[in-house]
Amino acid sequence: MNEPQTLIDKLWAAHEIVQREDGEALLWVDRHYVHEGSFHAFSRLAERGVPVAEPGLTFGVADHYVPTRGSRHAIANPEIARMVRQFEENTAKHQIKAFGLDDPRQGIVHVVGPEQGLTLPSLLIVCGDSHTSTHGALGAYAFGIGASEVAHVLMTQTIWQRKPKRMRITVDGRLAPGIAAKDIALAIIAHIGAGGATGHAIEFAGSAIRNLTVEGRLTLCNMSIEAGGRCGMVAPDEATFAYLKGRPYAPVGEEFDRALEAWSALTTDSNARFDREVSLDAAAIAPIVTWGTSPEDALPIDASVPDPAREPDAARAKYLREALDYMGIAPGKKLTDIAVDRVFIGSCTNSRIEDLRVAAAVLAGRTSKVPGLVSAGSSLVKRRAEEEGLDRIFRDAGLEWGESGCSMCVGINGDLVPPGERCASTTNRNFRGRQGPGARTHLMSPAMAAAAAVTGYLTDVRPLLAGRKT
Amino acid sequence: MDKFTRLTAPACPLDFANLNTDQLLPARYLKWPRSAGIGKVLLQDLRFDPDGREQPDFPLNRPAWRGAKIVVGGRNFGCGSSRESAVYALYDYGIRCVIAPSYGDIFSGNAVQNGLLTAIVPDGEAAEIMAQLVATPELPVTVDLEQQTILCGNRSYAFSIDPVRRMRLLNGWDDIALTEGFRDKISAFKADDRMRRPWALPLGRT
Repeated sequence: MNEPQTLIDKLWAAHEIVQREDGEALLWVDRHYVHEGSFHAFSRLAERGVPVAEPGLTFGVADHYVPTRGSRHAIANPEIARMVRQFEENTAKHQIKAFGLDDPRQGIVHVVGPEQGLTLPSLLIVCGDSHTSTHGALGAYAFGIGASEVAHVLMTQTIWQRKPKRMRITVDGRLAPGIAAKDIALAIIAHIGAGGATGHAIEFAGSAIRNLTVEGRLTLCNMSIEAGGRCGMVAPDEATFAYLKGRPYAPVGEEFDRALEAWSALTTDSNARFDREVSLDAAAIAPIVTWGTSPEDALPIDASVPDPAREPDAARAKYLREALDYMGIAPGKKLTDIAVDRVFIGSCTNSRIEDLRVAAAVLAGRTSKVPGLVSAGSSLVKRRAEEEGLDRIFRDAGLEWGESGCSMCVGINGDLVPPGERCASTTNRNFRGRQGPGARTHLMSPAMAAAAAVTGYLTDVRPLLAGRKT
Repeated sequence: MDKFTRLTAPACPLDFANLNTDQLLPARYLKWPRSAGIGKVLLQDLRFDPDGREQPDFPLNRPAWRGAKIVVGGRNFGCGSSRESAVYALYDYGIRCVIAPSYGDIFSGNAVQNGLLTAIVPDGEAAEIMAQLVATPELPVTVDLEQQTILCGNRSYAFSIDPVRRMRLLNGWDDIALTEGFRDKISAFKADDRMRRPWALPLGRT
């Protein structure tokens, strides 16, 4: 009998072309997603004068630099305009299917891939973006790569990797009402640290993960990289199959049935061994916000920020002082006493229709105390939200309803948080300057960001959701 | 790619945990082609104030460390975004080796592609090397990749690195050249896989 295998082992083995004695393997890539930032790699192709090996397996999405406000075609900043144009030229030159600014399916690559059914269970997916871990939510082996690797994949449709260690994070039990996948992700990162899964691929398992919708799983896997895990995944199940059926690029008819048979085998065998196991109790997870400059600086909303004076470890105390100083927060302050200047609801982490629905449920009939921007994860999500009237709720509350793109998560399209301002944000990184030089970011779920909008402070959303349908 | 064998140079301590790639290269410079001089804006928002004036206390701005070719950092160095430009920024500034207890996986992968050595030492030893440098800023550090040792003052430290990455750095090997030798295997895999997983192709009916 064969040795029991984890899902990670099975997906890895299915893509191994060559296994070298030194431990590195050459892997086949099923999907390669490119965006405006992939230009370094295209330059390398041009230098060598070589074509893209598999343009049919390569898909382009314009997301990082696209405008979310005003005309999408008259981009005022010439450098940003050049980035979008360069993307269009590179994809056209190499006959790569591109979801550009004019395409009604345009959006954030990590939203568009699953939405179009390009991302499927069992596929190995890479993209020059660290949040490629998102696609693991459908049972794919997906990870972010750098420009040299992007060039290598463009030229060969393969990638050299050393097999990572295997880590299982099990979350069992029932989440309390008002708690979202984002809270699970932040609870995990607070528990294991921003480097806790370095060198590992993560499988998320347990009843609380099973009970997440596919969109919730996408949020969770998206944040794997913030725990150091280049790759995070959930075994595909009925929810995955139902999500995929009928998606534009998903298999149909007999092909779908055949795929389903293969996908159903993508589970971790009982008794399979992991290099590391972590478990969390879902019932103990409260709404979580970050207070510092790393996603590991995360606490339940009823807590207070740390006080460096009470920290015995000198290096840790120094870290706390620097983080609090950058964030402009007094030591020991209660999180709910921290006032915010704006909110952002969007990004590859939290911009799907369910995210917008729950944020709208909190905001309906209420007014935002601070300005804010809502940017749907794709142009299709945006249209759907408008059909459901969610855009009216956001606008009536005083928030801006923008077009789709990476927007204020990374700020390179010009959507910036001004220096010194504090933003309640549904994004993935609270690094110094991430949302703009001097910007202060607090990460949280869409419901929690909506709650911060309503009160102008970091706020427990649960009382605000009482009696509302979500 | 340039080879790395042995280097003796000034070394700058960067005593931050989780020094992410957004710090190494702020996102607004991602538009720049490498030829624009990405080394100039390495750690821009920590090295300079918002008006572009140097922060005199930032280690890389101290006279002894301006010409550093080695940096010593805290845990999870280079975590975050996959931007390879963070490695270009370090390399083009003149840095050839980072010494730290751990690295972001994507960052260390990008580093080896560009001839930048990422040497791993335990937490306590990274702290010790940084403390020695703070006490004696001009103390040169020698990193020997063949021996996998770091010499700092009169102390020697062993460092670890993935053996494949070590070989690649020692030889200046490039991925693409290596893969060329496997063209036939790639074609054979592709043909088999199309039989095994026909549904894995994007149908593109739209």
